Amino acid sequence: MEKEFFTTETQRRRDFKSFKMMKTQMKTDSKRFLSNFFSVSLCLCGAIFLSAFGASAQSDGSEQNKTGRAGTFAITNARIVTVSGATIEKGTLIIKDGKIEAVGANVNVPNGAEKIDGTGLSVYPGLVDAGTNLGLAEIEGGAPGTIDVSETGDMNANAKAIIGINPHSSHVNVTRINGITTVLSIPQGGVISGQAAVINLNGSTQAEMALVPTFGLVINFPRIATGGGGFNPFGTPTPIDFNEALKRRDGRLDELKKLFRDAENYAKIQEAYAADKSLPAPATDLKMEAMKDYVRGGKPVIFTAERERDIRGAAKFAGEMKIKAIILGGQEAWKAADDLKKNNIAVIFTNIHNLPVRDDDDYDYLFEAPAKMARAGVKFAISTGDNGAMVSELPFQAGLAAAFDLPKDEALKSVTLYPAQILGIADKLGSLETGKIANVVITNGDILEPRTNVKYVFINGRLLPLTSRHTELYDSFKDRK
Amino acid sequence: MRKAIVFLFIISIGLISPNLLLAQAKTEVLIRNATVLTAAKGTLENTDILIENGKIAKIGRNLKAASNAKIIDASGKFVSPGIIDCHSHTMMDAVNEFSFSVTSMARIRDVLNPNDISIYRALAGGVTTANLLHGSANAIGGQNTVVKFKYGKPVEDFPIADAPPGIKFALGENPKRTNFNPTPGAAFRYPRTRMGVMEVIRDAFVRARDYKKSLDDFRAKKTTIQPRRDLELEPLVEVLEGKRLVHAHGYRSDEHLNLILIADEFGFKVATLQHGLEAYKIAPEIAKRGTGVSIFSDYWGYKLEAYDSIPYNAVILWKAGVNVSINSDSDERMRRLNLDAAKVVKTGVPEEDALKMITINPAKQLGIDKRTGSIEVGKDADLVIWTAHPFSVYARPEMTMIEGEVYFDRQQDLAKRGALQKEREALEKLEINRPPGAGATGATPPPIPKEKRRADLDDAEDVGGNQ
Repeated sequence: MEKEFFTTETQRRRDFKSFKMMKTQMKTDSKRFLSNFFSVSLCLCGAIFLSAFGASAQSDGSEQNKTGRAGTFAITNARIVTVSGATIEKGTLIIKDGKIEAVGANVNVPNGAEKIDGTGLSVYPGLVDAGTNLGLAEIEGGAPGTIDVSETGDMNANAKAIIGINPHSSHVNVTRINGITTVLSIPQGGVISGQAAVINLNGSTQAEMALVPTFGLVINFPRIATGGGGFNPFGTPTPIDFNEALKRRDGRLDELKKLFRDAENYAKIQEAYAADKSLPAPATDLKMEAMKDYVRGGKPVIFTAERERDIRGAAKFAGEMKIKAIILGGQEAWKAADDLKKNNIAVIFTNIHNLPVRDDDDYDYLFEAPAKMARAGVKFAISTGDNGAMVSELPFQAGLAAAFDLPKDEALKSVTLYPAQILGIADKLGSLETGKIANVVITNGDILEPRTNVKYVFINGRLLPLTSRHTELYDSFKDRK
Repeated sequence: MRKAIVFLFIISIGLISPNLLLAQAKTEVLIRNATVLTAAKGTLENTDILIENGKIAKIGRNLKAASNAKIIDASGKFVSPGIIDCHSHTMMDAVNEFSFSVTSMARIRDVLNPNDISIYRALAGGVTTANLLHGSANAIGGQNTVVKFKYGKPVEDFPIADAPPGIKFALGENPKRTNFNPTPGAAFRYPRTRMGVMEVIRDAFVRARDYKKSLDDFRAKKTTIQPRRDLELEPLVEVLEGKRLVHAHGYRSDEHLNLILIADEFGFKVATLQHGLEAYKIAPEIAKRGTGVSIFSDYWGYKLEAYDSIPYNAVILWKAGVNVSINSDSDERMRRLNLDAAKVVKTGVPEEDALKMITINPAKQLGIDKRTGSIEVGKDADLVIWTAHPFSVYARPEMTMIEGEVYFDRQQDLAKRGALQKEREALEKLEINRPPGAGATGATPPPIPKEKRRADLDDAEDVGGNQ
C-alpha cells in the first residue's frame, strides 16, 4: 500500500490500466512474441540506418502527419535566447541543411534565404521533456487498445519504446506547437520496463523521429514498502515492520543484482565464443542481449525512485554495480544530494504538480524541490512525467519552479540544455549554437509564461505548420452559428 | 502504533491550521497601494482597499483607516478576487452514492471534512470558494454544497448560507459505468447506454412532475389526502420550480444538448454544463438558453470522451456570449487555476474576461455573485494578494483572505516550518516502528496512513469517476 501511496497519480492510473489490459493481452501474447522477435532484430541493425532516414521526412498529407518543409531560413532582428551563452538582444539566426548555420548579433543573411522578421519575437532552442510516454499512450480511459506503456511481466529489457511509439499520435503535434520539440519516451511497468527512446516530434516513421532509439534501460527501483498504517477500513494490507520491509526490498535487489551479473556473464560467454569458435556455441537470449550495454556501464539505467531512501538505495546499487544511472521522479532527490553527486547521477524530476505526499509536508514541497536540488548541486532536468496529452505543460512547470525560488535562467536550462546533457545529446541540441540541430522555437514572449504564443517551430530545420488535432477542431467549429 | 500515527496527524494538522493566525474579522483591514484586478471594473493601479466587518468598504487612493486597523502594504503586488472553483470534491469524505441511478436525496453537506489539508493547499493557491459536487456515477446524483474555505473553523461555518441549492446530473461514460469494473458478483446497474441515461432522467422528471401535481392539488385543497413526502423527488420538484440549480456533468456535445432538450421539455434551465469539453460544438444552443459552462482550460485526452476537448473551448464559448468558468475537479489542479485561466488569453480571450472565468463568472453560475467574485464595495472581502500578476507563471499568492480574515499567509507559513520540523522529529522519536540503528532522529519517517479517498479525483475508479 505504501507503494501505492508513493506512486504518482499518473503511475497509479497506468498500473490500473495495465492490469485491466492483461486479459486482452494474454490472447495476443503469442503474436506479440513474434513481432517482438522481429522488432529486436530490426532494432539491432535499425540503429545504423536511423540517422540515414532522419533527413527524409515526408508528409503523407494528413493533418497528423504534416512534417513541414526544409529550406534556408534567416530569423532577423530577434531576441535570441541561446541558453548556453548570453542572450542576444537583437540578432540573427540562420537555419540551413537542418542545422543552425550561424547565430549572432552581426550575421550575414545568405542569398536566397527565407527571411522571418523577428522584431518583437524571441528565439529559443526547442524544449526537451526527458520523462514522458509520448507516442505510447493515446487515450488512457476507454481505449485500452491505444495504450502500449507497460509490457506484461517483470523483466522486459528487450521491450523498446521506439517500437511502440505511434508517429501519428495526436500528441505529437499538440506538443510541438507548444514549443517542445524533443522528448524521452519511456516504457513503464514491471521491474525492468524496457528501453526508452529519445525522439524528435516530427517524422512519418519511428526511424525519422528517433534521435537515440535505445537510450536507457528503465528500472522501477524496488521500494522499501512498509504498507498499511493508520486508518485501515477496507482491508488493505497489514503494515509490516520496517526491518521486514527492508529485508524484502533487499531480497528483490539481490534478484536484480543476480540478473545484472547473469547479463555480464552472458556477454563474456558471447565474447569468448566470438574469439574462439572451438567453444560450444552459446544460445541467444534476447533479454540478456538487451541488458549487455547497460550492465557494463555503456548506456544509462533509468531508475524510477521518489523518496530519499529509495533514491539513496538506487545510488548505492549503481555504485556497486558500476553502472551509469539516472533517477526518474526524484521528489526528494535534494535530500540525497551527497549520494547522487558521489555517483555522478542526474535527476529527471517529474510531476511537480503532484500533491505533497504527507499531510504535514509544506504546501510547496514539490514546487520548491527544483530550487533545493539546484542549491544542493544536483544535476537535474524538469519533466512533466506525462504520458503525452499534457506534455505541453512543460514550460509552465519549469516556470512554476522559478516562482518557488529556482533562478529563471536555471528554470529555462532545466527544460533545454540540462535534459539534453542528461540524454547525452547536448552536442546536438539544447541550446542555440552553430552546428547544432535546428530545433528552434520562436515566441512572442517568455517561453515559460502561459500567455506567450509560439509563432514558429522548426525541427531538424524543417518549418512546421502550427496545426494539431486542436486547431483542426477549432477551425471546424469556430464559426458555427 | 496506529494511535501514534493518528496522533501525529492531529498534531500536524493543528500546527498548520490557521487557528493561531492573524486577523479578526471585526478589525478594520487596509490593503495599501496594490494593483487591483477587480474582475468588475478593470484594473486599478496604486489602489487601497478598506475592509470593515469582513466586507469591502472602500476602494480608492490614500484611504484612511482606524488607528487599530491592520495595515497591509501591497506595494508592487497584485490583488485579485478570491478564486472560485465551480467543480470540486475537496473536503468530501464521500463523493458518489453509487447504489441507484437517481440519488437526489444524498447530500454533500453531510460528508464535509473541515480538516482536509487540501483546503489549506487550495487557499495557498488563492482559492476561497468551491462548489462541492456529488460525483458522476449517477444520471441524477446528489445535492451539492457551495462553501468558503474557512480552514480552522467549525464545519458549519463553511457552507455559504444564502447560496441557492443545487444538484449534480451526469451523462456519458461515468453514469453508464462501462469504464469501471463492477463489484464482483453484483449485477449491472441500469443504464448501460446513453439512451438509458436520458430515459433515467426523463423518468425522474415525469415522476417529479406527477409528485408536484399531487403537492399542488393538496395545497390548493383539491384533495384532502396529503401526499407522502418523497425525498428523492423533492429536489427535482425544486428544479422544476426554478429553485434548485442543475450542474450537469457531460463531455460529448450531443448528450449535453439532449439534456438541454429535456430541460426545455420540462420547463427548467440547466445552470451549468460541467466539463462540457465539447461545448464549443453547440455554443449557439447553449448561449440561447443562458446556460453556463464550467470547463477545464486545456486538460484533455485522458479518456475517450475527452479526446475532442480543445484549448479553444473557452474562446469559442466566450465569443458566443456564454458565461464560462474554469474549474479544477481536483485538489491538485485547484491550486493553479490562475495559470489555467492565463492559458486562454493566448487563444484570444481578453485578460479581464479570462480572470472573470475563475472569479465572477463561477459566482454567477452558483448564484453567489451578489456577495463574492469581484472586488466591489459591499462585497465580501475574499481577496488574494499576489507577488506578480496572477497570470504570470512566476506569481505566487502571498496572502489569501475570506471575509477579511487571513486564512493563508506565506510569511507565517514559512515562519512555522522550523517548529513543525522539530515537532515531527520529536514524534518520530516516539515512533516504535522506526528502523533500529537509525538513531534518535530516525532517518526514516514512519509509514503513512492510506488516504481515505484519492486526493486527485481524475477518473477515480475507487470513487466512481468524476471527470
